[in-house]
Amino acid sequence: MSDDDRELRVSKIRNGTVIDHITGGQALNVLAILGINGSSGEEVSVGMNVPSDRMKRKDIVKVEGRELSQNEVDVLSLIAPAATINIVRDYEVVEKHRVETPSEVVGVLSCPNHNCITTAQEPVESRFEVLDEGVRCVYCDTIIRQNIAEHIEVE
Amino acid sequence: MRHEHIISAKQLSRSDIEEVLDRAAEMAEDPQAVADRHAGTLLGMLFFEPSTRTKMSFTAAMKRLGGDVVDMGSVESSSVKKGESLADTVRVVEGYADALVMRHPSEGSAKMATEFVDVPLINAGDGAGQHPTQTLLDLYTIRENAGFDDLTVGIMGDLKYGRTVHSLAHALTEFDANQHFVSPESLKLPRSVRYDLHEAGATIKEHTELDVVLPELDVLYVTRIQRERFPDESEYREVAGEYQIDAETMDGAKDDLTVMHPLPRVDEIAYDLDDTTHAKYFQQAHNGVPVRMALLDLMLGGDQ
Ligand SMILES: [Zn+2]
Repeated sequence: MSDDDRELRVSKIRNGTVIDHITGGQALNVLAILGINGSSGEEVSVGMNVPSDRMKRKDIVKVEGRELSQNEVDVLSLIAPAATINIVRDYEVVEKHRVETPSEVVGVLSCPNHNCITTAQEPVESRFEVLDEGVRCVYCDTIIRQNIAEHIEVE
Repeated sequence: MRHEHIISAKQLSRSDIEEVLDRAAEMAEDPQAVADRHAGTLLGMLFFEPSTRTKMSFTAAMKRLGGDVVDMGSVESSSVKKGESLADTVRVVEGYADALVMRHPSEGSAKMATEFVDVPLINAGDGAGQHPTQTLLDLYTIRENAGFDDLTVGIMGDLKYGRTVHSLAHALTEFDANQHFVSPESLKLPRSVRYDLHEAGATIKEHTELDVVLPELDVLYVTRIQRERFPDESEYREVAGEYQIDAETMDGAKDDLTVMHPLPRVDEIAYDLDDTTHAKYFQQAHNGVPVRMALLDLMLGGDQ
């Protein structure tokens, strides 16, 4: 059975984004990156730990009426490096691309160092350099190695 | 040297550092030669937390170059107290001065400030982060006393929170120094510093006791272990007591060992060591003036 067949387990969307090949178990973190918690009314389908030929187990997230910003894709790449992003218009995939790990992620993550200037009331966005393992705040040098998703900025 | 701002010692290459130290040596040798070099130049002092000593040292340096300082004063009396952002404060104050010196309690504050100003800015300490002029004066003192060839340095005390230590250790990798880190288990180097030292190609040798490495050292850099790092007084006393040195400790050291300390000290170096030839910590503090003169001169284009 191909991945495409598996996708039928989750309903099709009309216009929006399908994020596929998410590392198994990371779907809720992906939603957190997108700032979706259900309260704002987006139509979302989530498949978790779906069998996949390529990845054994993967997650899928489909969001109706929403496209991703580059910042969101950058952070997504840190927790789901194999993810593919499909832009859907009128039930057709019109664009499909893989995420790429950037050299820096801006905004989205918040620095775990409470004494970091980026956590103060200043007109500055968080900025993290991407390391081989983890990310590092370019302002205060704090390194986040595990559970990067826990540091996603909550609006 | 091609740096608009001096935020971290990490941004300085070996040749940048040597350029500053060479110029500092020239200025220490003949201060009269530069006494009017920056006449009319104003240095803005932004100290968001008190540090009388660093402020005095920068003030002396600017005045010895013929310039003057304008001082924001204490935070209590400024607009910061009224809730003004750092970004706004520096944008206002840059209009009053030709260069800025800033000390602030938050890590990364100096880097952020440079994103809002056009005049050169020197970081004089950002929280537990960087304090590059301290590193430069430390290096100046090391070069004066031990030289950089085949150098072995021991750094002892609070290696976890001590920012002077982090910055110095990183700078020493530029000189291929052998470095030994001596501290209690709970105050070892933090992860981000290990990462940097590792990236810079250094091997990190860590010890919990000084005795094992003391005979090899050319320089022993001592820092204070602070009471607030420990849950209770007795634990602090027990741990800190193991990292105190005195004149007798020097029996196990090279005759020309240089002992340094960023000061102020409490009891980690006994007074009886002051009278020995090893004690260089007051000289180290004095070196802050020529080193800051040299740095200001280079940043203000004194070589043109
Ligand atoms: Zn930070």
